[in-house]
Amino acid sequence: MNRKLWLSLSVVAIGTMVLAACAPAASAPTATAVPPTEAPTTPPTAAPTEAPTTAPTEAATAAPTAAATATLPPLRTAQQAALDAAGGKQLGGSVSFVGPWGGSEQDAFMAMVKPFEDATGVTVNYTGSRDVNALLVTRVTAGNPPDLADFSTPGLIAQFQQQGKLVDLSKFMDMNTLKSEYAQTWLDLGTFNGQFSAMIIKVATKGLIWYDPNVWQANNLQIPQTWDQMISLSNQLISQGKTPWCVAMESGSASGWPGTDWLEDIVLRQAGADVYNQWWQGKIAWTSPQITQAWQTWGQIVGNPKMLYGGVNRTLSTNFAKDADPLFTNPPGCYMEHQASFMAGFIQTDNPSLKAGTDYNFFPFPAFSSSTASSVEMAGDLVGMFNDTPQAEALVKYLATPEAQDIWAKIGGGYLSANKAVPVSDYPDVLSQKSAQMLINAQVAVFDASDQMPTAMTNAFYQAVLNYIQNPGNLTSILQNLDSVQKTAYTTP
Amino acid sequence: MLLGSRLLTGAAVVVGVPALIVGYIALVEWLVARLPFVWQPKVRPWLWLLPALVILGFFLLYPAVDTFYLSLFDTTGKQYVGLQNYTYFFTTQGTLIALRNTAYWLIFLSIFTVALGLIFAVLFDRVKYEAAAKGILFLPMAISFTAASIIWKLQYDYQPPGAAQTGTLNQIITLLGGQPVAWMVDPRVNNLALNWVGIWMWTGFALVILSAGLKSIPGDIIEAARVDGANEWQILRSIMIPMMSTTIIVVGTTMVINALKIFDIIYVMTGGFYNTDVLAVHMYIEMFDNLQFGRASAVATLLLITIIPFMLINIRRFREQEAMR
Repeated sequence: MNRKLWLSLSVVAIGTMVLAACAPAASAPTATAVPPTEAPTTPPTAAPTEAPTTAPTEAATAAPTAAATATLPPLRTAQQAALDAAGGKQLGGSVSFVGPWGGSEQDAFMAMVKPFEDATGVTVNYTGSRDVNALLVTRVTAGNPPDLADFSTPGLIAQFQQQGKLVDLSKFMDMNTLKSEYAQTWLDLGTFNGQFSAMIIKVATKGLIWYDPNVWQANNLQIPQTWDQMISLSNQLISQGKTPWCVAMESGSASGWPGTDWLEDIVLRQAGADVYNQWWQGKIAWTSPQITQAWQTWGQIVGNPKMLYGGVNRTLSTNFAKDADPLFTNPPGCYMEHQASFMAGFIQTDNPSLKAGTDYNFFPFPAFSSSTASSVEMAGDLVGMFNDTPQAEALVKYLATPEAQDIWAKIGGGYLSANKAVPVSDYPDVLSQKSAQMLINAQVAVFDASDQMPTAMTNAFYQAVLNYIQNPGNLTSILQNLDSVQKTAYTTP
Repeated sequence: MLLGSRLLTGAAVVVGVPALIVGYIALVEWLVARLPFVWQPKVRPWLWLLPALVILGFFLLYPAVDTFYLSLFDTTGKQYVGLQNYTYFFTTQGTLIALRNTAYWLIFLSIFTVALGLIFAVLFDRVKYEAAAKGILFLPMAISFTAASIIWKLQYDYQPPGAAQTGTLNQIITLLGGQPVAWMVDPRVNNLALNWVGIWMWTGFALVILSAGLKSIPGDIIEAARVDGANEWQILRSIMIPMMSTTIIVVGTTMVINALKIFDIIYVMTGGFYNTDVLAVHMYIEMFDNLQFGRASAVATLLLITIIPFMLINIRRFREQEAMR
C-alpha cells in the first residue's frame, strides 16, 4: 500500500523541501550552482573563512534539488493561475464545495477562491459544517454528493475511495507539475489503492508547546529538550505553588481530539514512527506495551490534578480554542499549552494585543531520546472530487497552484502550504515561518494518527481520552475496550 | 424565467392535485358501480383509503420494515448476522449507559413537566395576569432545541475556582460562597443538568394543555365541594386531578415519547460524552460517524418497539376522550 511508503519517503521529501526554503533565501542562484570542486581551487581572496565551511556541505545536499526548484516559473498572478487552470476559458457555471470551515477560516478560503471566480466566471458554492464527515456520509449515501469536498480525515477518504465514490484526480491534473511542486509524501497522502483521490491544500504542524516568553524570562525558565526535563520543570513549578499546564478537551462531538494529539506525539517520539504507523493501521493492539506506555507517560501530566490548571473539570469543560488564554493572564494560570500551529489564530483572536514571537511563542514537543529527535506530526486538509465537472476540475487544479496557496499563506493563522513554490518569507509572522521551517527540517514527518484511523476507531479514541482523564485508574479496561473496537472498525464497508 | 417556471409549477399543483383527487374518486365510483351490489359497501371505503394507505406505507411502514431488515445485517449491509447487532447492544458498556440515560430522561422529563405544569396551571388559574404568565412559560417552546442548548451551555459554563465565572449558574453559586460546578462534565450532575434543559423547554407545553384541562372542569362541581367544606388541597387531590387524569396521561405519554426521541440537547451540549449518551445520539453516531448501519438500525428498531406501547396508550386515551364527548 502506498500509505506505507509515506514514512520511508519522508526523508527524501524533507531533503527536497529544504531546497524550497533555501532557494528564495539564497538570492543568487549561482552561489548554489558553484560545483564543490571549485571551492578549494579558487584563491580565498574575498571570503577566506566562508568558503571551506559552507560551500562543501551546502552544495552537496542542496545542489540536485536546487536545480529542480530553479526550473519553477516565478509566481503568476492568482487570476492568471486560475485562468490557466480553466484551460484559458471563461467556464461560467458553478461548483459546490463542502468543507469544515466557518468564520475566519471560511473567509480565508473565500479569499483564496475569489480570483478563481473573477477569472473564470465560476461561482463557488461553499457549504461549511463542523459536522462535515456526517454531512458527507449522508449526501454520498443518498447519491447527492457535492462536486468537491474538503477532508481533514484521510480515514474517511479511504472509505469513500473503497466504495468507488471518488474521481481519480490524476486524470486531469498535471502530475509532473505537482511532483515538482509537492513532496511525494504529500501526494501519497491522498493516494489510496494506487488512485490519486485527494489533493492536499493546507497543512498544520502539530505537537507544539505554546508559552509566554515574557513570563518564562521573568521566572528564568529554560526550554526543556527532553520529556523528562519537561516533567521536572513541571514539578518545579508545582513546588513553587504554580500550575504548569493548560489542557482542554472540549470540541463538541469531537471532544477529546486534543488528547489524541498528545498521545500521538508521545507514541511517535517514544516508540518511533514504525510503531506509530502500525498503530493507526490497526496492526498493533492498544494494550501492547508501547501504546500502554504512551498513555502512562501522558498520565504523568493529565493523571495529576496539580499539573492541570483548573484540574480535571476545567480540562474537560473548556473548549480547545480557549485553552491558551490563561497563559497570558497576570499571574499566569498556567505556563505551557500543547496544541497545533493553528493555535496562533485562536490566541490572536482572544488576545489581539499580543505580538507573535515576542508575547507568545512555541517550542517543539520534546524528544524522549536523542535518536528520535526532530520528529514532527502534522495534519491537513485534502480536497476530493465526487462529480467530475469542468468547473470542479479547474478549481482543484487552481487550489493546488502556488499562487492560490500563497493567498492562504499570506493570511496566516498558523496554516501552512505544502507547495514548495510558496516562499517561506510570505508567511505573515515569525511563528508561521518557524513552523514551516520545522516541517522542512524534520527528519521524520507523520500525519495525524487519529485522523487516519477508520472513523469508528477515531470516535472510540476520543471517548477513551475523556474517560482516561476522568478516571486514570481505569487505563487497563479503557485500552481493552479500544482493542475490541479495533477488531471490527478496520473492516470497512 | 425562473419565476415564470415556478408560477407554472404552482398553478399545476393548485389545479392538478384537486383534479387528480376528484378524478380518482370518480374512477373509484365508476369501478364500484360495476361491482355486485352487496360488495359495494365493503369495497368502497378501502378504495377511498387506498391513496392514503399507499402514502403511509411508503413513508412510514417501508422505512420501519427496512430499518428492521438492515438491523439483521453487518456494517456492509450485505452479510446476514442475525441478532448479533442486538446482542452487541445489550452487552456493550457504552450502549447500556445510553439505555440508562434514556430511562433517566423518560422518568425525569415526564414527571417534572407534568408536575410543574400542573402546579403552574392551578396557580395561574387564580391570578389576573394568567395569560401573560402562561405566555412567558410557553416561550421556550418557540426556541429551537439547538438554540436552547447553546443558551444553556453558556449558562452552565465552567471556570476553575478563583477565575472569573462566565456561566450564570456558577456565578451565582460562587457569589453565595460555593465552589463552581462542572455541570456538563461531573457525572453526578450532568444528566440532571441536561434533563433540566428539556424540562425548561417542555413545561410550558404541559402547562398549556393541563390548563385547558383544568378549565374544562365544570365550576359547579368545585363550588359544590367548597360548599361541602372541602379545603383547596382536597379539591386538588380528589376533584381536579381525577377529572384531569386523561389529560395528565396524554401529556405524560407525550413527554415519554419526547424523552425517548431526545437528541439535540445532548448532541449540542456534551456530544454524548461523560456518560450522558442517549439512544438517539448513540444511533446517530453509529450511523453517520461510525458507518455501522446495522447497529444503528438495531438501535432504531429498539427505540421504535419501546415507543409503541406509549403510542397505544395515547391513542386509546384520545379515543376514550372522543367517546366521552
